[in-house]
Amino acid sequence: MTALATPTEQSPARADMDSIRRDFPALAQEVHGKPLVYLDSAATALKPQAVIDAVTNVYARDCANIHRAVHLLSQRATQAYDAVRAKVRAFVNAPSEKEIVFVRGTTEAINLVANAWARPRLSAGDRILVSGLEHHSNIVPWQMVAQATGAELVVVPITDEGEVRLEDVEARLDARVKLVAMSHVSNALGSVQPVRAIVERAHAVGAKVLLDGAQAVPHVAVDLQALGCDFYAFSGHKLYGPSGSGVLWGRRELLEEADPWQGGGDMIRSVTFEKTTYAEVPAKFEAGTPDIAAVIGLGAAIDYVRELGVEGIERREQELLAYGTEALASIPGVKLVGTAARKVGVLSFVMESAHPHDIGTIVDAEGVAIRTGHHCAQPVMERLGVPATARASLGLYNTREDIDALVRALHRVREIFA
Amino acid sequence: MISPDLRELYQEYVLDHGRRPRNFRIPEGATHGAEGYNPLCGDKISVKVVVDGDVIQDIGFQGAGCAISTASASTMTEALKGKTVAEARDLFAAFIAMVKGELEPDPDVLDTLAVFAGVAEFPMRVKCATLAWHTLTAALEGKGEPVTTE
Repeated sequence: MTALATPTEQSPARADMDSIRRDFPALAQEVHGKPLVYLDSAATALKPQAVIDAVTNVYARDCANIHRAVHLLSQRATQAYDAVRAKVRAFVNAPSEKEIVFVRGTTEAINLVANAWARPRLSAGDRILVSGLEHHSNIVPWQMVAQATGAELVVVPITDEGEVRLEDVEARLDARVKLVAMSHVSNALGSVQPVRAIVERAHAVGAKVLLDGAQAVPHVAVDLQALGCDFYAFSGHKLYGPSGSGVLWGRRELLEEADPWQGGGDMIRSVTFEKTTYAEVPAKFEAGTPDIAAVIGLGAAIDYVRELGVEGIERREQELLAYGTEALASIPGVKLVGTAARKVGVLSFVMESAHPHDIGTIVDAEGVAIRTGHHCAQPVMERLGVPATARASLGLYNTREDIDALVRALHRVREIFA
Repeated sequence: MISPDLRELYQEYVLDHGRRPRNFRIPEGATHGAEGYNPLCGDKISVKVVVDGDVIQDIGFQGAGCAISTASASTMTEALKGKTVAEARDLFAAFIAMVKGELEPDPDVLDTLAVFAGVAEFPMRVKCATLAWHTLTAALEGKGEPVTTE
């Protein structure tokens, strides 16, 4: 294997990548005197200029509250905000834009379903199924529901490779299971779960399925109608959009039967001190002034990603993942953690000689930004017998040169900890 | 080329104590102890102390962490054996001021602990260097709750 980047049929022409990279102003900087190599997109993705401009435009020009005043600024802001629902619908092929609820991020989306839908419906004897791969945000809300309702949280174990096997899910599915909550793609390891088959099996026993799509939507084309799940959650900030934007998609009848969540303005039809009637979905779940600029920025991010083409992004990232997997495996003392057959976007690893935290500091000095720690997935770390990992994660702007820089930086780690 | 800041942080003394921590044991007859945890990186440490009168007769630690946190704990145990509780508190104050970059280290006061002066250039690593000390403080104060850096 050569450490030098060579163009292949799968990788785009250098000129194309250069022009893509120029869309991201954060990439044009040096850190510690070295060009920035950003390999932490699973934590948050960098933002293209189009997103930054969209957010700036809201504050510089269309700065008004939405769904309220009749003046022109409010009209512009309202139209721009509401137009994002149609963009999201098309992006994930949801049946209706009325089923798109704007939230702060994946965490809020899951908590919304936990509190408004699950909590009033579950009781002792019921079960919630999660996998051993989940991010804390897809564990803790269900623990809280279980504690409040007497329902039981059941965990599907993962394999040594960091995969959820369909048969292990099936073995735990019966009429007691009311909800399966699972990540589409693992944030810590990048494993892709067999979600379509899981949805089928879960529906066969009458369970609903929530998928945490935070790490999926930036990397693979998501078709909600094909997946067949009941709820789907993702964050804008991992999809090259602003932090503070996120999406909960839910089947209309489930959103309708769910209780309102937060009370306040915009989620009501009429209010008297005797009785309040609630607005229809999705407004029912969007009390108060939302993060208007972030949602409009999310719309710009979706436009950007669709223009580049999700399939092309996926193909390039898969090629880069294979390149990175081979490159890391060739470094003595490096061990990849998470070797699922289907993976996207993530290279989690440990080194014999150095703790992940020390790796992070040393590669940062070389300009390479990676994440180190437990990635908000402590049960995954415990299961795989590591206290923490170093995680390099990919975005649409990454190149083989970025992987090569990481490899060189890891050789520095070996030098220091030799 | 490895940057001078990195060389200063990961100097041989630190690497050695990170690899082969001293007093990596639970001392017999410990009178005080506490658990420390850094939820950001998962570092865990247990510090146990034998205090006789107001003198630290013995001190040891166990746990898993990065080179900086392990070396810091190891160096701390060596520095504190035979010191009074009040002296330990003063050393902690001087140590934390040094790693936060608030005070130039006084080698007469800090002695070997001054090898951690380089941490000041790495603000994200201050918690690694101070976890053992925070845990020791909790142990001496007899707090039953595990301490965390957050």
